[in-house]
This record gives sequence, structure tokens and C-alpha cells, in this order.
Amino acid sequence: MTTPPTGSLLTAQDLRKTYGHTHALDGAGFAIHPGEVVAIMGPSGSGKSTLLHCLAGILPPDSGSIMYNGREMTSMSDGERSALRRSEFGFVFQFGQLVPELTCVENVALPLRLNGTSRKEAERAALGWMERLEVDDLKGKRPGEVSGGQGQRVAVARALVTGPRVLFADEPTGALDSFNGERVMDLFTDAARSTNAAVVLVTHEARVASYSDREIVVRDGRSRDMERAI
Amino acid sequence: MSARQWGRDLALGARFAVTGGREGWVRMTLTSVGVGLGVALLLLCTAMPNVIAARGEAEDARHVDMYAKTLPPRADNTLLVGNTDTTWRDDDVLGRLVEPEGARAPLPAGLDRFPAKGEMVVSPALKELLDSGDAKLLRERLPYRITGTIGESGLKGSHELMYYAGASGLKPAVYSPVTRLAKFGEPDVEPEKTDPVLLLMVLVVLVVLLTPVAVFIAAAVRFGGERRDRRLAALRLVGSDRSMTRRIAAGEALAGALLGLAVGTVFFLLGRQRLGAGELMGFSVWPSYLDPSPVLAALVAVAVPVAAVLVTLLAMRGVVVEPLGVVRAAGQRRRRLWWRLLPPLAGLGLLYPMLGQGHKNGEFNQYQVVGGVVLLLFGITALLPWVVEAVVGRLGSGPLSWQLAVRRLQLSSGTAARMVNGIAVAVAGAIALQMLFAGTQSQYTKSTGHNPGRIQMQVQFSGPKLAPGIEREFTGTKGVRATVALARSSYGDSRTAGERSGGMTVANCAALRELATLPSCEDGDVFVTRTRSGYQNPENSAEIALLKPGRRLYIDPSFYSSDHGLELPWTVPANVRAVDAREDSLNNDNSVLVTPGALPAGAAKAEYSNGVYLRLDPSVPDSRDYVRNAVARIDPLAQTYGWVATQEDSKYSSIRTGLFIGSAFVLALIGASLLVSQLEQLRERRKLLSALVAFGTRRRTLSLSVLWQTALPVGLGLVLATTVGVTLGVVLLKMAGTAVAMDWASVLTMTGVGAAVVGAVTLLSLPPLLRMMRPTGLRTE
Amino acid sequence: MYTRDVYTLCIVALMSISHTLLGLLESGPRHGYDLKRAFDEKFGHDRPLHYGQVYSTMSRLLKNGLVEVEAIEAGDGPERKRYAITDAGVTDVERWLATPQKPEEYLQSALYTKVVLALLTHRNAGDILDVQRSEHLRSMRILTDRKRNGDLADQLICDHALFHLEADLRWLELTAARLDRLREAVTR
Repeated sequence: MTTPPTGSLLTAQDLRKTYGHTHALDGAGFAIHPGEVVAIMGPSGSGKSTLLHCLAGILPPDSGSIMYNGREMTSMSDGERSALRRSEFGFVFQFGQLVPELTCVENVALPLRLNGTSRKEAERAALGWMERLEVDDLKGKRPGEVSGGQGQRVAVARALVTGPRVLFADEPTGALDSFNGERVMDLFTDAARSTNAAVVLVTHEARVASYSDREIVVRDGRSRDMERAI
Repeated sequence: MSARQWGRDLALGARFAVTGGREGWVRMTLTSVGVGLGVALLLLCTAMPNVIAARGEAEDARHVDMYAKTLPPRADNTLLVGNTDTTWRDDDVLGRLVEPEGARAPLPAGLDRFPAKGEMVVSPALKELLDSGDAKLLRERLPYRITGTIGESGLKGSHELMYYAGASGLKPAVYSPVTRLAKFGEPDVEPEKTDPVLLLMVLVVLVVLLTPVAVFIAAAVRFGGERRDRRLAALRLVGSDRSMTRRIAAGEALAGALLGLAVGTVFFLLGRQRLGAGELMGFSVWPSYLDPSPVLAALVAVAVPVAAVLVTLLAMRGVVVEPLGVVRAAGQRRRRLWWRLLPPLAGLGLLYPMLGQGHKNGEFNQYQVVGGVVLLLFGITALLPWVVEAVVGRLGSGPLSWQLAVRRLQLSSGTAARMVNGIAVAVAGAIALQMLFAGTQSQYTKSTGHNPGRIQMQVQFSGPKLAPGIEREFTGTKGVRATVALARSSYGDSRTAGERSGGMTVANCAALRELATLPSCEDGDVFVTRTRSGYQNPENSAEIALLKPGRRLYIDPSFYSSDHGLELPWTVPANVRAVDAREDSLNNDNSVLVTPGALPAGAAKAEYSNGVYLRLDPSVPDSRDYVRNAVARIDPLAQTYGWVATQEDSKYSSIRTGLFIGSAFVLALIGASLLVSQLEQLRERRKLLSALVAFGTRRRTLSLSVLWQTALPVGLGLVLATTVGVTLGVVLLKMAGTAVAMDWASVLTMTGVGAAVVGAVTLLSLPPLLRMMRPTGLRTE
Repeated sequence: MYTRDVYTLCIVALMSISHTLLGLLESGPRHGYDLKRAFDEKFGHDRPLHYGQVYSTMSRLLKNGLVEVEAIEAGDGPERKRYAITDAGVTDVERWLATPQKPEEYLQSALYTKVVLALLTHRNAGDILDVQRSEHLRSMRILTDRKRNGDLADQLICDHALFHLEADLRWLELTAARLDRLREAVTR
């Protein structure tokens, strides 16, 4: 296993994760710099979501090492990892992420409130991000009342609201048509680049992956960094 | 709309219910188990008339009329029966000594032959107890050889402790523990007129116990409702119209209810064996007694599916299933209050005309009572969604967990209210009943006039016994601290009783002090009490005048020529004193109190005892059973009583016992249903919970929000339940004609029990919640 | 290294033939006629190779030192040379396989050839597909970038190209998913 290049914000080496008899990850590695957008590609079932979940500290790998900003994540407690996710990371998923009973602005403000920001302040910051993602007119609406593309932009605003250093997106346009998907990706990557956040983007769509700087291919639980393969 | 189309749609729905894959089976199982529990409880209720009848029959088949005013003459077909009922720790043991007087003597039910002297036939439960080695003291008390067991026909329940022992030389007498009978059975007595207040209680208890069961069944058929609605949307997409969709939904509910009926029957049959084997609050039955009455069982079989369909149709009213999803119309339209107030108001309207009738000993119209109470209680289920919506809609900001919970409730207050309905109805009913019981308790609880702090046990012999030495029998017994033995004798002013005669109580100084206030006392003293309460002429001036020191009297004079006394001459000693009888005298039969030393030698032969009073050492375990054993040695037919301060009317206490047994079942049932719906809600939100955890939400925040989500509606439900319960309680008390007094302690207890059930449910749902919050929930299937 | 930009489609095709024949030789020396038959069977389909094409290609490969003549069998008819691949030839095949195709329309025949050859020579065909995908993505990134900064006309033109590349990528994914079945078919 090659040592990751210096200056990486988040690196992983030799990750292994097994569900029952399935080897979801079988020696995968990863590295990303600040401000970089890296796509994780691969066929379904190849382990790309598992890789993302491990990198984000959602799932602990069975073995291997994940370094974030000089700290070993695999030796952190669940509470520490949760705190990291609250303050340093942002998330956009395909669906099932907006709390249906909260209004859109409350949804966007949620991560700030988890960090203890007062409701008023959190919602003001939330509204700022909603403006940037052009969904500020939806603030009083519930997720059930907005379109898929709008909902996904609300979710992006929520991922960005804490000013995270790493954004994790798992098939962020999976439920959208190509027009809305591109719109979301445009706004998402622009916003991420403007804050110099790193983006880990899991997708099986080439058009979504083309918003990345480089891609990593996961096949049968092993990753392949295409940048350095050539 | 043709009946065929109805049938087709219902069948289609039923098919959906059973062919829904794994998910469908889970939902189907929950529904059928839920409905099944309710049905089992209903079937148990339908079996109650039979239980009462069967127990009555069993009682009649072995009943011995101890209070018969005359005894039949000895004949070839008579039997002597001695009552030797005793108590083992806190359990009653029925004992009968039997002595057939001829070949055709009636055999008690459950026996195939009479036990010979020294043998006994025991109930299976007693046999088990005696064999367990745990009941050595009881075995000592019953020194007979076990030669058989009493058959089922001779017992009222599987846990009854009873024995028949063979005896000889029993002496029957009227009003004694030994009687002669030619056949078993209760004499035909005129049925007692049912106390209207007791009847009211029975009716209310039934309603209060059954209403939550109905609410529960209604909730059970809605298990998995949200998922079902989504499936219905898919059906709309392929072209079913709205009414078809509704009928298909009803068909699903129907399938669940029918399966629930089957499951309930199985539960009931299993439970019947269980109940037959068990005992609850000293009440046991035989499984065969738990036979549902056919009419009531048929009613259950019809009512449950029909109710399931109706509830579904009613619930579907607020839901518009569109091809692309489900719109909850109720969520957008504010709930209206006015019609929700109708049921409770109608209930009050039905009860109002009956206020005060219990006092006048009038009759209550049963239908009116049941209708009124049912309407009031069901009013809660109508009012609660409105209350929850109104309150939750006004709730403001708070911590994040609070915000999550409040917003969720605002979006689906109906689900929350539905969850709490059952417990609210149960608590309201329980509060009302508690008030009724507390208010009428004094009417049905009589003071015994006994002070258990002074004497703990009283022994009554089967007949007079020569007194001297009796005391010693007890002072040696383990656990006895002191014995108060009173003997009686008689005196007269001539050998043949003469003009003046009377009874005297002979006892030592310590015992006499239990009867009167003595300034001083030593053996040889004689006292006369100044007054005797409870006598027509309370003044004892005649006795005081007769017992002049130095006067010649006769102990045990002969009253009739046939009844020769000892006729012992006695000179009244000089130190006769007039004293005051104690208000709480143990015995005020006689005004003349004599210490043994004051009587002439030989008088002991004329001192008889009817029994003793005992003070026990509370630190000795089983002291009462040591005493009972001592008594059994002296006089197997003697009765022992533990002293208690108050005694409840037996009917009143059996209603109360019934309520407690029923409440235990109902609360367990409601707790189970709460748990099921809680888990179901969590399951539906699994993905969202995982996503929330992914971006760093603390488990505590989520757990707290779940707690709030339950606690808020439960709190509101309990407030409403208390309001309705207290209202109903006041009305019931007024109906019973009793002063309305608020028993806040019991109100708090009831709400506390309700809250505890909810707390337990929340606690039980926490492990699955924590499991669901694991990030693995994010994985797409 | 090749300067890819100067290649034309026909050169690519020509180059493919020489590399394909080289690749076929890797499994063992063959006569020119055998080579033609093997090529036709695996890749020729509707366009069988002229023997003259084989002859001229082999001459050029001989000149470049990528093959050698192992034996000449005299007989009736034309002379029969048995060709064998040289080490330089193996290296050349390897380099060719590892170099992604320039993303172009209708390149699947070249890609298909590479994949089959890789399978025949027990090389990792998945790697070829991964490298190709990476190359495609590189083009797509450039197009996406141009589209984001361009006017509507740019966007439409880029979209057209993007959709075509995407179609190629779908084919790549599908092929990747069916590699095992393909291996079975070609090595049978």
C-alpha cells in the first residue's frame, strides 16, 4: 500500500468491512485534499457506500486506518465521531434525509442546533445558505410539499450550513432527472469549492462524476485510484 | 353498488393482507395477535356467567347448612358433618369431619366412598401442599392418612384447599359445628334483593374493563396503517377508484380481524388451561368452567369483524388516497370540537336523571347506566385527538429534541392520540370506579369492634370445656405471648338457684383487667361491675346488693331437677369491690368477676370455658399456625379467628377483587398495544433515524424526542382522563346517593399507574430504538 | 509514447490490426493463414481480413523487430512462414492494452478487441475498462467545465458530446459486469 500524499485532509488505508459473509470492503484505500472533489464510482454492491460510511465515521471498519486531519478516526469513540460529523462533516443522501415534520428552514438549521446554536441564529444562517442554493422561498414549507430537486437543494444547504471541511454525498442526484440533477450538482460543487471543502461523492452516474476532479473506482471491495494508476 | 362487487373488493383486500411478503406478514401478525388478545379477553368475559353458575353448582353440591334450625332425626340416610375449616398461613382450608349414620348416608360431591376414621380425602391442591414439605405445621394439624383425592365435582376451583376426614362419635347439635343432614345443598332461600349500588358497580366495572378492550381492538386493526395507505396508492395508480380502495382496505382489516378471532380463540383455549392451573387473588376455577356462553361468543365473533371494517372505513374518511401518494385530509383541516362533545354530553344526559336513586334504594335502569358510561368513556376517544391537536399546535420552541417531537405531533397528532386512547379510557374508568369505591366504602365496611393491637387471635371451642388447665395448653405454644382465659360459672342464693342467681366470670387478675378497670387485684378478690353495656338494665345494683360480704351463696346451683349442679356453699368474701367495666371489655356476659382463689375448693369442677383470647409474638413466624395446631389437638372442631379491625361486605369485596383482576389484564393488554404501535412507528422511520445519526445527532437527543413524543400525548390523555374520570366519579357517587368526596390520592395513583405503563413501554422500546439508530440503517436493501 | 492527437480513425484501425495480430501470437507461434483465421473468428465477424493485409502487417512487424520468423515450411502453394512474437512485441502489446483509447464515437470495436485480447492473454481486462472510464471521465470533466462557463450554444454542443460519452461509459459498465461470461465465451 502506497503512503498517501502529504497534505491530504482525509486518508484511508487497507479498509476491511464484512457483513456476515459479504466482504463489503476488502482492502480499500482513499485520499482527498482540501478543496478537492473525488468521485467514488463502481457497480452497485461494490462497496462504495460502505467506503463512504467508513470515511465519514458512520460505520467503523473491521480493520484499517482512517486519518482525518492528522487524527486516527478508528480509535475515536462513537461520541467523538458523532461530534466530528456534527462540526466538520456535511452529508447529502439520495433520500430519507429531511425530517418530514420540520419545515425546510428548520431542516437546514438542524445541524447548527445540534451544535448548540440558538434557534434564531441557526435559522438565520440556514436562510443564507438557502438563498445561495435558490430555495429560500421554500423556508416555511414542509419537505413533503416541495419537489425532489428543491428538496435535494434544501439538503445541500443543510450539509453546508455548518461550514464543513468535508462533504459526503451518496448518490445526491439519484432520485432526480438529469436537468435537476445537474442543477443540484452545479450549486453543490460551486458552494463546496467556494468554501474550500473537500467533497466525497459516491455515484454510479458518469455525468455526476464529471463534476469531480478525479475518481476512485471500487470493485469487489477494493479501490483503485485512477489518477495514480495512469 | 352490488353486493358482489363488495364481496370481490373485500376478498381482494383480504388477499393483499395475506400475500404482502415479509412486511405484510409482520403487519398481519401484529394485527392478529393484537385483535387476538382482545378477543381472548372478551371470550373470557363471555365465560363469566358460566363460571358463576358452575361455581354455584359446585358449592350447592357440597353445601352443609350449619344454620339449620332443626336437625333431621338419625336415620339410615343421615350423615354427621363437623366443620373443621382452618387457615394455613393466609389460605383458607375447608375441612369436614364426616360420620355416616347408615348405609344410605349422602356422599359428598367428588368422593366415591367415605373415609374411615383416621383417614382423609383431600383436594389435589391440598395434597400437593402437604406433600411439598413446606406445610409441616398443617400436616401436624391434619393427622389423618390420605386415602384419596376429591374429584373435580366436589371443588369450586383447582386451587381450593379442602379435605374430608372420617370421624366417629360426633355429637350433632343446633348451632354447633356438628350437624346432621340427609342431603347436601343449600336450603331454598329467597334470593336477596340486589343492592342497586352494588349492581351499579358491577355494570360500571364491566364497562370500564371492556371499553379499553374495544379501543384496543380498534387500534390493532390499524397497525401498519401508513404502509398500507401507500400500497393503496399503488392500487389507485393501476385504476381502482376511491370507494373500491376503501373497500379493499376494509377487506384487509376484515382479514386481520378474522385471523385475530382465530388467534384469540387459540389464546383463550391456551389461557383457559393456564387459568385453570393458576390462582389469582385466592380465586381459582376449573378450565371446564371457562365455557363461553354461545350467544355472547357469537356476538363477539360477529362484532369484532364488523367493528374492524367500520373502524377502517371511518379512519379512511380522513385520508384521500391518490394514485401518487396519500394525502391526510385530516392533517389540513382543523378538527372540529362540537361533534366531539356530543358523546360525553349525551352520556351525562343519560346518567343525569338517575342521580340520587341509590339513596332512595330505587332501581337503576341498566341500559341507561351502561349507555351513559360507555358514551362518556368513548367521548374521550373523540375528544383526545382534538385536545392533542389544539395543545400541540400552540406549543412553542424548546430544545431540539422538543422541537422534533412537537413538529412530529403537529404533523400527525391523530396517530399519537390513537396510541393513547386506550390508556386514557382505562384510566378514566379506573378513576371513576376508585371514587365510587372510596365513596361507598364506609357503607360496605363494618367495624368489627375488635382491636387487633390488643388481641391477635381468638379461639372458640366447639362446646364448653372445663376451664382449669386450658390456659396451660396455650402458654406452652410457640409464638403465644399471653393467654386470656375466661371461665364461667354460676351462683345462686339457694342450692336450687332460688330467687336470685347469675353467671360469674372466673379468671386470673391479668385476664380480669381485660374486662374491667381494677384498682388492685390479687388472687382471692371478687369484683362486681357497676354497669354492663348492651343490657336492657345496665345498672348492676341488684348484683352489688346480693354480693354482700359474708353472705352465703351457692356455686353451681341446680336449675332443674334434671340438671344437678355441685351446689357448693360459698361465703362472699369481705373484699368485694364495685368496679367500672371497660368500654372495650372482651366479654361483658357477667357482672360478677371472681379470681379462682376466692372460690371454695372443688369449684374448679364447675368452671367452664368457651374459648380463649391470645396475644401473639409478631416476631415468631407462623405463630398463628402453631396456635391452630394446639387448638386442633384440644378440640378439632374449635374455631380460631384472627382479629381484624374492619370487615368488608363480601359481595362488595368480590366486586373489588374482580375489578383488580380485570384491571391487571386490561393494563397489560394496553401496554402491549402501546409497545407494538411504538415499535411500528420507529420501524417506519428507520431510514430517517439513521440519516439523523449520520450527521451527528446525539442518541440522547433522539431518545428524548421519542420520549417527548410519547409523554406529551400521554400527559394530555391523562389530564383528559382525569377530568372525565372525576366527572364520571362524581356522577356515579351522586347516583349512589353518597356524599361526594375527592379521593385525590387514588386519582393520583391511577394516573400514576397509567404513566408507569407508558414509562415501561418507552423503556422497552429504547433498545430497539438504539438498534435502529445504528448507521447500518442507511444501507439500501 | 504515442502522440494520440495525430491519429486518425483509420490509423487507429490499422494499429489495432497489427496489435491484435501481435496479441494473437502471444499464445504461441502461428502461420500467417492461422492468424487470419483466428482474427476472423474472434474479431472479423462481418469484415474478414484479407490475406494481403496479414502479409503486409507481418512484414512491418518483422521490420520493427516485434515478431520473428520461427520456421519456413516449403510445400505446394505459397510459402508458409511460422511467426513468433518477440519480447519487444509482448511489451508493445502490453503498452497498447494499457493505453486508453481516445474517447471517440464508434470506438467500441477497438475496445472490444482489447478486452478480448486481454482475456485471451490472461491479462486483467477490468483494468483496461477502468483506465478507459478514467479517460472518458477526463473528457467529460473538460466538457462539463466548458459547459458551466459557456453560453447556451456551448452547453448544447457539450451536452451532445457528454451524452455520447455517457453511452460509451454505460457500455463499459455493462461489459465490466459481464467480463466473466465473456471470458468463458472467448477462451472456450
